[in-house]
Amino acid sequence: MRYEFRWEVLWSGQSGAWLLQGLLTTLAISSLAWLLAAGLGILSGALRTVPWKPLRAVATFYVEFFRNVPLLVWMFFWYFGVPPLLPQVAREWLFDHGAEFWAGMFALGVYHGARMSEVIRSGIQSIPKTQFEAAVAMGLTTFQAYRLVIVPIALRLIVPPATSESLNLLKNSSVALTISVAELTFQTRQIETYTARAIEALTAGTVVYLALCVGIATIMARVERRFAIPGLIARGG
Amino acid sequence: MLDLSVIVNNFTFLVVQGLLGLGGFTGGTLRLAIPAIALGFVLGIFIGIARLARAWWISLPATLYVEFFRGVPLVMVIFWIWFIIPQLLRLPIPEYGVALTAFVVFEAAYFGEIVRAGIQSVPRGQVEAATALGLTAVQSMRFVVLPQAVRNMVPSLVTQMIVLFKDTSLASIIGYVDLTKAAQIVNNREIRPFELYLFIAVVYFAFTYSMSRIASRFERRLA
Repeated sequence: MRYEFRWEVLWSGQSGAWLLQGLLTTLAISSLAWLLAAGLGILSGALRTVPWKPLRAVATFYVEFFRNVPLLVWMFFWYFGVPPLLPQVAREWLFDHGAEFWAGMFALGVYHGARMSEVIRSGIQSIPKTQFEAAVAMGLTTFQAYRLVIVPIALRLIVPPATSESLNLLKNSSVALTISVAELTFQTRQIETYTARAIEALTAGTVVYLALCVGIATIMARVERRFAIPGLIARGG
Repeated sequence: MLDLSVIVNNFTFLVVQGLLGLGGFTGGTLRLAIPAIALGFVLGIFIGIARLARAWWISLPATLYVEFFRGVPLVMVIFWIWFIIPQLLRLPIPEYGVALTAFVVFEAAYFGEIVRAGIQSVPRGQVEAATALGLTAVQSMRFVVLPQAVRNMVPSLVTQMIVLFKDTSLASIIGYVDLTKAAQIVNNREIRPFELYLFIAVVYFAFTYSMSRIASRFERRLA
């Protein structure tokens, strides 16, 4: 095979600007979706362990239904399926303000919230039950015990699995290209379309993803050491 | 408001063509998912074993393979295969081949990690005992370590199979007619996105949820 590499296509013309824009969109959609996922995950993860059945059932339904259906289907559902059901005013506002971005962000956040929920639940379940009992014996209500004791400890326990789940979220943000959110993979494709240099364009996108993942993993390894609870983490270092 | 007639009228196309892959198009979620799971697992076994090899020229490439594919989105890998293979082979290959290759190559990295963890969970004494009995390295891996490792791997293997099953929906990006693409095709004609996408969500859910139910029953039997 003879293939002449022409790497200059990546910085000549608009390619560089597209890549940068794609990177920024990927970071924006991922961080907003991460906030949503963390909120939903903590809430539903905690609810799945409370001693009241109806709340547990609601949380279980959310987790099982949303994480067992492909993200791509949720993207289509939230982008094509839901807006027609909204009131006219809301719909028009949405389509004037980048509906695909918001639908993509919502799909990503709700989907990963369900997956994050499992991580948080297993964190909570690894805390000895006596912690909760001690908190209640001190006079805290169930809500206070969760807010002040259980959830803070759980969050410190789950840094490693939560990191790998966050990286999954970042990588999965590429699925948003199907509803034409101009994120990194979308821009990579665009460069390919304009320059007809597939290998160069895909290499650029791949390197950026790898760098992001390695960078985040390195930072989180530090966070993990800083927040580890001595004696409570099996594989701490 | 919920108009289910669109589902009823297109049920055959969605399920027989989209899910099973029997119809005018080359397609089908199951026709892609089942070989992808089987081949990905087989390749994963080799990668997992290679990562544990003592010779660095075997373990290093395997480690790089795993780390590379775990740091890249699947969508990106699908596009790589889509552009690279025709360049390499100088002939166009159908979407099915592209999608299957991409899934096997990508998921093998994840299966490899599961296999590695499973093998490491088998106590060292087992290998030593096998060696003492006169088994070669390959024989002790084949008859002693792997059978025990597989048992420990079952929960994560099932999780990964479910992930792969859901991931096959991404094959629709390159035009492969799976369940998701079938719903898109029907939607282009009927414009009932809410009903259609909710319906395929339920179909996917029925499959993945029953997979995880069966697996947890199976685990209780094994334990």
